[in-house]
Amino acid sequence: MTKNLRVKSSEYIDETNRISFKFNNKTYHGFKGDTLASALLANDVHLVGRSFKYHRPRGIMTSGSEEPNAIVQVNPGTNRTEPNVRATEVEIYEGLEASSQNCWPSVEFDIGGINNFLSPFFPAGFYYKTFMWPASFWEKYEFFIRHSAGLGKSPTSNDPDIYDHRNIHCDVLVVGAGISGILAAKNAAKNNFKTLLVDEKNELGGSTIFENNEFNKIDNKTPSEWLKKEIEELKNIENLEIKTRTSVAAYHQYNYLLARENLTDHLEAKDKTNKIRQRLLKIRAKKVILATGALERPLIFNNNDRPGIMLSSAIKKYSEFYGVACGSKNVFFTNNDSAYESAMSLYNKGINVEAIIDIREQSESKIVKKVKEAGIKIYWSHSVVDTTGYKRLNSISIMKLSNDGTSVTGGKISISCDCLGVAGGWTPAVHLYTQSGSKLKFDEEKKVFLPNQNTSEQISVGSCSGDFKIDEIIKNLNQKLKDTFNINETDLDSIKVEIDQENSKRNIWLLPSDKPIGKTKPFVDYQNDATAKDIKLALREGFRSIEHVKRYTTTGMGTDQGKLGNMHALGIIADTAGVKMGELGTTTFRPPYTPLTFGTIVGRNVGKFFDIFRRTPMNDWHIENKAEFENVGQWKRAWYYPINGETMHQAVQRESKAARESAGILDASTLGKIDIQGSDASEFLNRVYTNAWSKLAIGKCRYGLMLNEDGMVYDDGVTTRLGENHYIMTTTTGGAANVLGKLEDYLQTEWPELDVYLTSVTDHYATASLCGPNSKKILEKIIPDLDLSDENFPHMSFKEVNIGSIQCRIMRISFTGEQSYEINVQASYGKDLWKKCIDAGQEFNITPYGTETMHLLRAEKGFIIVGQDTDGTMTPIDLQMDWIVSKKKYDFIGKRSLYRSDTMREDRKQLVGLLTDDPNIVLEEGAQIVSDLNQSPVEMLGHVTSSYFSPNLKKSIALAVVRGGKDMMGKKLFVPMENKNINVTVANPVFYDEKNERLNA
Amino acid sequence: MFLINCPYCGERDQQEFKAGGEAHIERPKQPTELSDDEWAEYLFMRKNIKGVQFERWNHAHGCRKWFNMVRDTSNDEIKAIYKMGEKPPSQ
Repeated sequence: MTKNLRVKSSEYIDETNRISFKFNNKTYHGFKGDTLASALLANDVHLVGRSFKYHRPRGIMTSGSEEPNAIVQVNPGTNRTEPNVRATEVEIYEGLEASSQNCWPSVEFDIGGINNFLSPFFPAGFYYKTFMWPASFWEKYEFFIRHSAGLGKSPTSNDPDIYDHRNIHCDVLVVGAGISGILAAKNAAKNNFKTLLVDEKNELGGSTIFENNEFNKIDNKTPSEWLKKEIEELKNIENLEIKTRTSVAAYHQYNYLLARENLTDHLEAKDKTNKIRQRLLKIRAKKVILATGALERPLIFNNNDRPGIMLSSAIKKYSEFYGVACGSKNVFFTNNDSAYESAMSLYNKGINVEAIIDIREQSESKIVKKVKEAGIKIYWSHSVVDTTGYKRLNSISIMKLSNDGTSVTGGKISISCDCLGVAGGWTPAVHLYTQSGSKLKFDEEKKVFLPNQNTSEQISVGSCSGDFKIDEIIKNLNQKLKDTFNINETDLDSIKVEIDQENSKRNIWLLPSDKPIGKTKPFVDYQNDATAKDIKLALREGFRSIEHVKRYTTTGMGTDQGKLGNMHALGIIADTAGVKMGELGTTTFRPPYTPLTFGTIVGRNVGKFFDIFRRTPMNDWHIENKAEFENVGQWKRAWYYPINGETMHQAVQRESKAARESAGILDASTLGKIDIQGSDASEFLNRVYTNAWSKLAIGKCRYGLMLNEDGMVYDDGVTTRLGENHYIMTTTTGGAANVLGKLEDYLQTEWPELDVYLTSVTDHYATASLCGPNSKKILEKIIPDLDLSDENFPHMSFKEVNIGSIQCRIMRISFTGEQSYEINVQASYGKDLWKKCIDAGQEFNITPYGTETMHLLRAEKGFIIVGQDTDGTMTPIDLQMDWIVSKKKYDFIGKRSLYRSDTMREDRKQLVGLLTDDPNIVLEEGAQIVSDLNQSPVEMLGHVTSSYFSPNLKKSIALAVVRGGKDMMGKKLFVPMENKNINVTVANPVFYDEKNERLNA
Repeated sequence: MFLINCPYCGERDQQEFKAGGEAHIERPKQPTELSDDEWAEYLFMRKNIKGVQFERWNHAHGCRKWFNMVRDTSNDEIKAIYKMGEKPPSQ
C-alpha cells in the first residue's frame, strides 16, 4: 500500500490528468505537472538511490538541477535510455520508466552497502593509496572498481531522436525567469531591445511564484500573486522571446552562450517521434543579464544524508507548487528565517510540523512570531548531533550549542520525525558568471561569493548577486537596469515593497557533535560521499590548495559539480587552516552547468553529415564500376576497381601492368588547382618554389617543390604557364587549402608589393589522366585535330583545345613515368570526358586505375608523395632532390634553412630505395630499419615509407628514409619483424626506366 | 568564443578565423646574410606573453584577409584590430 501525500490542489498540477509511470519496476501514479521527484514523494517514496562510495541509502534532497542524490536512469533498456538524470528535473508522462543507479541488486537491498560499515577503511584518497602497488596490477583493479562504481548505463543502440542547433543573436539575453529575470526582460524589451528570456523550468516565476509569506508584500499583494500578474503581461510585449525548459550550459567569452532547449523530453513516446528532441542554442548577446538565483545550502552535521532529510526550500516547493507533503512529522533545522516560511507553509496546509531547531540564539522577525503563535516548538541555540533511520529518517538527536559554536553541551533530546528540512542559508548561483571569465569576491558578512569584476557586457541581478530580500532585489535591479540601458525610468520606480526583516545571523560551516569527528559522518558532497572528516584528513596530510583538496577528496566532483556542498567545503578548509575564505578562492566552475547529452552537442552532424566529404564529377562512374574508395583529405577517391572478385592486391597488380603495357586512366580531379595571375606572377613563383621559374616559356609545365621557412618539404606539384602573367599551379590533394593559405599569407603580409592574385579553382575543373604507351592513340581519337607529335606537344607542355564544343586544357605531364596526358575540363563536363576516354580506349584495353595503383607506379619511378615519404622533417637534400634546389636564386621560402648546421648534417635521414633479398617479400610500411641485429638496444636507422610488389619489375620494391642513407648504396641492412628478420639492400630509389625513355616512347 | 571585428567584414564569430601567431616579425630581406643564430631567432623564437600581445589573425572562412590584433592573453580582451601594414596602436 502506498500512501498518497497530496495536500491540496495546486494550479500547477492537473489532477484531472492522471499519469502512471514505473520506478524500479513498480507502477505509481502522479499528475500532469509533476516531476518524477514530486510524484515519488506524493507516493511516500524517499529512497531513490545509493551513494557512490559507501552505497548509503539516499533520498530526494532538492527540487531542482542541484540534486545530488536522486540520480536515475530514465527508460532503462531502451534506445532512448539516459543515465544520470535528476529525478527533480524529469517531468512525468504516461509510460515513463526510471530506475535507481549505483545499486545492486536493488535500491532496497544493495550489496555495496557493506562499504558503509567498512567506511573506516575508505578514507579520502583511499583508491590512490591502496591501488598503487604493484603498479602493474592497476589494470586489474580498475576493472573491478569501474564495475562496482558505475553511474548508470549508456544506451547501446542508436539514438532515435533528432537534435538541432540554432544560432541566436539578441540585444539582451536574460538567464533565469524568477522575479528578477522577468522584470529585467520586461524592461529590456519595453526599451526596444530584442530580448530573449530563458529558464530551465517549464514554468516561469522561479521561487517567488510560490512565495506567500504574508509579511512580504509587493504593491499590497503577496509576491506570488503580484508576479503572476507580471508574467501575464509578458505575453503582450513585443521584442521578447521566452524559452522555458531551456538551460544555459555554458557562458563563454564575448557573451557567447550555449543553451539546451528541451522540446520533447516531457512527452509520451508516441509524441516524440519525428520531432526535434533538444536544440542547442548558440546565443551571441550584446548584453547578458544573469538572474540565475540562489541555491539553498544544507547544513553539515553527523548523518545528514538520510532519506527524508531535504532542503527546507524544497519541502516548501513540494508543498506549495506540487501540493505534496514530504513527511507527516516534519522538523526543520536552520540558521536563518527561511525555514520558518517553509514551516508556516506546511502548517497552513495542515501538515504537521513538530519543531524547529535553530542554531541562532533568537530571531525577532514576524514570521518567527507567527511560528511561535502556531505552537510549533522552537529550540534556539541547538544543533542536530545525530540522526537515525536506515532507509528513511525516523528520529534526530539535538543538543545545546556552546556559545562559540564549536561544541555541544547538556543533555541530548531525541525527536521522532520522518522529514527534516535543513536551511543553511543561500549560495548565489554564480557558476555561469565565473564561466564567462568574470571574477568573484567573498562577502564576509553574507558568507557568499558575489560577482565583482565583469569581463563582458553583463550584469547579475537578484539573488545571484547577493540580494536575497525582495526590497533589495527590486531596488538594486532598478538601478542596474537604468545604468545598463541608460534610461531614466523603469516601471519598478513605483513599486511598493514591504518585507519581514531578518536581523539575526549565525553561520557554522561544520556543526559539532557529541562524538569526535572521526566517529561521525557529516557529508559535504552527497554524491561522492565526501565528508568533513575527509576534508580535514586532506588538510592534515598537507593539502592546502582548494583545487588539490577537491581532487583528493573528490568533493564537488560528482555530476552535480558540488552545487550544494562546495561552500561548506571551502568554509571547513578555511576554519581548519585558519585562513579567510576570500583568500582561499573557489574551485573553477566549468561548463556545462548541467550535463548535456552528446546528441545535443553534435546536432545534425551525425551519420553521413558527421564529416563533410567531396566527390569528383566522375564519382557516379566509379560507383557504377564497383570502385572501392579511400579518403584523401575530405575527398572520396577511387582506390582500385576490383573485377570478378579480385582482392585489392590482384586488382592493383592488374591495373599497374595495364597502365605500363597499354593504357590506364586515373581520376585526378582532386588535385589542388590554384589560378595565379598578375604582372609579378613569375617573381612570386620564384620566391615560393625552390627552382627557377622566370624562364619557363608560355605553354610549358614545370615540377616545383615548396618548402616551409624551416627548409622542410611542404608540398609539390606541376605548374603550367598559361600566359605572360598567368599560371595554373597544382598541389597535392590534401595540401590544397593549406598551400593557398600559405601563399596568401606571404602575399598579404611579406610581399604586399607583388601584383599577384590567387584563386582556388580545384572544384572548377575535372581532370582525367590518360597514361601508358597507347595514351597518345586514345587522345588522337578524341581530338583528331590536335597535333600530338613530340615536336608539337612534347613532354612538360600544355595545349588549350576543344573537344567538340568543350574547351579543355591538356598538360602532357607524368606521375607514372609513362607517356601521359592530364585533360582538364570544366567540372560539369567531367563525367562526359571520362566516358569519352573510356570509349575511345576500349580497343586498347584502357584500364581505370585508382590511387593505390597510382602510388605503386610512382614508387617504381621513385617519385615521392609529400606526406607519405616525407613527414615535415625532410629537406629536398634529404630526398636526394638537390637538382631541384636553385643555387642561383638569391632567396626563396626555406632557402636559408637549408644551410643551417642541423639541416647540413651528413647523418640526417635520407630517402633511399630498398630491395629485399627475397624479391617476394613485401616490407611493411612503417617497419624499422637496423644495421646490426646483435646490438642491444638496437639502433633504429630509419623506416620504410612506401612498399609494393611491382608487377612490372616482378619484385618487391620499397622507399625508405635511412640515417646517412645517401652513402649506403649497396649496403645490407635488416628489417626486424615480429617473427623474422628481413634482409634488404639499399638501392637507387628509381627502380624503373631510370633514363626516362618511356616518356617519349 | 571571441567575437572578432574583421577590418574588412565586421563582427564575426571566432570560428571563421585562424590565429597566425605573433605579429610584426618581419621576414628578413636578406636571409643569406644572417648567422644561424640570427636566422633561428626569426624562425623559432616567439614571445608568448601573458598579457598584451600583438598577433596575426586571418579571416580564413570569410574574406581570407590577414590583419593584426592586440589581445590581452590573460583575459582574452581584444584591445585593438588593425590592417596589415598599419602602425600598431601605442599602448
